Amino acid sequence: MSTVEPTRGLELTGSPGERAVDLGWTSWLHDWTTTVDHKKIGILYVLMSIVFLVIGGIEALVMRWQLFYPRNDVIGHDAFNQLFTMHGTTMVFFVGMPILIGMGNYLVPLMIGARDMAFPRLNAFGFWVTLFGGLMTYLSLITGGAPALGWFAYAPLTAHTFSPSAATDFWALGLIVSGIGTISAAVNFLATIFGMRAPGMTLRKLPFFVWTMIWTSFQMLLAIPPLTAALVMILFDRQLGAHFFDVPNGGSAYLWQHLFWFFGHPEVYILILPVFGFVSEVIPVFSRKVLFGYEFMAAATMAIAFISLGVWAHHMFCVGMGRTLDLFFAVATFLVSIPTGIKFFNWLATMYGGRIRFASPMLFAFGFLSMFLIGGLTGIMLGAAPFDFQLSDSYFVVGHFHWVLIGGTLFGTFSGIYYWYPKMTGRMLSERLAKWHFWLLYIGFILTFGPMHVSGMLGMPRRIYTYDAGHGWELWNQLSTIGALVQVPSYAIFVYNLIVSLRKGKPAGDDPWDAWTLEWMTSSPPPPYNFEEIPTVHSRRPLWDLKHPEDPDWQYE
Amino acid sequence: MDTVGPRMLSAVGGLLAQSLSIFDPASPSAHSIVNLAILTLAVTGLIFLIVEGVLLYSVWRFRYVPKDQAPGDEPMGEPPQVYGSMPIEVAWTAAPTMIVFFLVLVTTRTLWEVEPDLPKPAAGDNALFVTVIGHQWWWEYVYKTYDGRKLGFITANELHIPASDNYTLRPAYLSLKSADVCHSYWVPRLGGKVDLIPGHTNLIVLETKEAGLHLGQCAEFCGAQHANMLIRVIAHPPEEFERWLASESQPAKEDPAARDGKAAFLAESCINCHAVRGTAAGGTYAPDLTHLMSRETLGSGMIKNTPENLHQWVHDPQSVKPGCLMPAFGLDDHQLDLIVDYLQTLH
Repeated sequence: MSTVEPTRGLELTGSPGERAVDLGWTSWLHDWTTTVDHKKIGILYVLMSIVFLVIGGIEALVMRWQLFYPRNDVIGHDAFNQLFTMHGTTMVFFVGMPILIGMGNYLVPLMIGARDMAFPRLNAFGFWVTLFGGLMTYLSLITGGAPALGWFAYAPLTAHTFSPSAATDFWALGLIVSGIGTISAAVNFLATIFGMRAPGMTLRKLPFFVWTMIWTSFQMLLAIPPLTAALVMILFDRQLGAHFFDVPNGGSAYLWQHLFWFFGHPEVYILILPVFGFVSEVIPVFSRKVLFGYEFMAAATMAIAFISLGVWAHHMFCVGMGRTLDLFFAVATFLVSIPTGIKFFNWLATMYGGRIRFASPMLFAFGFLSMFLIGGLTGIMLGAAPFDFQLSDSYFVVGHFHWVLIGGTLFGTFSGIYYWYPKMTGRMLSERLAKWHFWLLYIGFILTFGPMHVSGMLGMPRRIYTYDAGHGWELWNQLSTIGALVQVPSYAIFVYNLIVSLRKGKPAGDDPWDAWTLEWMTSSPPPPYNFEEIPTVHSRRPLWDLKHPEDPDWQYE
Repeated sequence: MDTVGPRMLSAVGGLLAQSLSIFDPASPSAHSIVNLAILTLAVTGLIFLIVEGVLLYSVWRFRYVPKDQAPGDEPMGEPPQVYGSMPIEVAWTAAPTMIVFFLVLVTTRTLWEVEPDLPKPAAGDNALFVTVIGHQWWWEYVYKTYDGRKLGFITANELHIPASDNYTLRPAYLSLKSADVCHSYWVPRLGGKVDLIPGHTNLIVLETKEAGLHLGQCAEFCGAQHANMLIRVIAHPPEEFERWLASESQPAKEDPAARDGKAAFLAESCINCHAVRGTAAGGTYAPDLTHLMSRETLGSGMIKNTPENLHQWVHDPQSVKPGCLMPAFGLDDHQLDLIVDYLQTLH
């Protein structure tokens, strides 16, 4: 390609590592803290998430240790209640969302042939605000302990009367602050995708991951503000004597549940749609086939985004809504399974007849497919309202949503990280370590969360710091704890692989996977301006067109 | 954390050993839910087998094996690119839609089976009406009417209901309220759970032919001791239940031997929170103690109601159920003995 001058005259050239050598570590630090480069911000998001993932994981381990024996007393009720609150909050707000937003940040401009996000400084603001939100939430520890509310913090337990410690205020403030970061990321994604696509890339030619980011952003824009509003209401109640959730003074305890779940249910799709995007990129490349039924996949994504706005009260089947509303939300919940099913079948059809290479990204995509299916099916069970009267708030639910969030979101995200790490760093991750990572996680995950479905059906409620012997719960809890221990080395191996491969990994080259989307056209890692020359796009797989000039894609789209 | 609770509990493990499985139903609504559950499990199980089967077949059949290619061969081209197929897409949209339609039908049927309406109490209805008030972390039971007769007494933590038999249904209609935060009433063998939400009244019906003890516990996180907000439902044959009602409606018996103990009890702050009918103790904040000794357990089902446990509880409740709202009052041994002796006369 011809040499083209960088668009921004003041940008330094060369990789961050080289600059560090040239200018010393303080300028390296200065560079990373003041950067507005979408790629660096993306990497910062991912690193932040990995740090919080380790923290949240340690919290989970302590809880599993406590539950190993009936009436165990490793930690007390207070510590346990704080741990599950922080574990849930951390994993949803400071691991799940930031890691996906980070990957999106890195990938969206590269995949659409743009030089950066639409609002680079808003982008940096979004990251730092998210990070500070996380730190603020953990700052609650200076009050002598974290909040003990559960991650959905049902009112009026959040009232000053029942939770006098300021930990609750820190928690609410932390989530408000990080929510602002999420909203700014969503705005930025939409502006970028709608305004900055390469010439020829119509909306119908978007790489599939970018399409899922549109709908994720749409959901973030609709879901986060109600949560922010509700959190502000908590703070008003606690600090200014308002009565939003103060029942004796005319407030409503239901109000919080509706507001929270109006956020909370789209939230789970925010956590899965980008992952659908990851595997929709990985599966075709490693099966060597074009994504089957792109239009139907796209429509299904849109359908999920819309339907998911109307299912929130399936978290509230037990609050006494009455048969009619229960039925409405049960039906809406079942409906989600139709577009989700369509997606699944299309992934299978993409693999069918392909030539599947089981490199690490595909291995994790396989983990995603085989496990997410189960999480989806237990979701159907929970959607059957009367069945949910039994399963709601039991360990079955805990098993279900971990199955979706780890079997779905985490496996899919690992698939994405193994796939794009070479692009981000210019180095390949070790395939041998990746296999260890995968199998330990796969086995440990099944062993941890499978038994939870059983203990739930045996009547064990969630969020109990201890339980009596004799209900048949001991064995299942012990299996869960052993499973958690099996998972520990898998995460250690993953982090080790990330660090070691940075220096010792095989050089990746521009296009190590023989892939088809624009990010593989530029160097690894890409220069600050991404592309020397903005490419013109004719199909959904511009690199396929380049590699197969005799049979380009645009003939068929 | 060293508490007395766990050790005392292991001593009474036998008392608590019982199934809470949702697949061991002991009531009509629990049965309905099991039927729906089995149907749903069958449908989702079948989907699981088919889809997971296709997935495993595909990855096995279409995996790339480098040795398929002999050295010196032309490099393999890409496999045929298939962009999609309208008929196939329509087919696999229609199939899950039909499954969803089927699931909606069975869900509707079950919903109408298990979600009751609250009738008006009437003579000859054989129905028990109780108001349940959830507190951090215990249950208050206000007995309203049985078979049309007014009852009007209050008890705590152990719910006694009449058992049905083959000829007569004896449902217990529980109006669920909360005094503080959200709780949830869940006795798995007797059906699904219903939340107790401050400012609202919900309804749950317990009806079983199986006399005896049914265990459950609070299923909505409600603060420090959520884990020990246990539910005990005891179903009695009708005559036995009538006897229990008769005894429970009485005020506390006077026992001359415990006169000093009663005086000590009334002189301390116990009565700010606890009530004993027939005495000056009229607190409403904590469990009614009128017939304390008719209860098998203390601390909302946490420990067995033995003289030693009762002594320990009154001495320092925090050592048994840390975080509970009853503080240790620092009674001296004499006062403690007097009060515990008095409590033990409350049959």
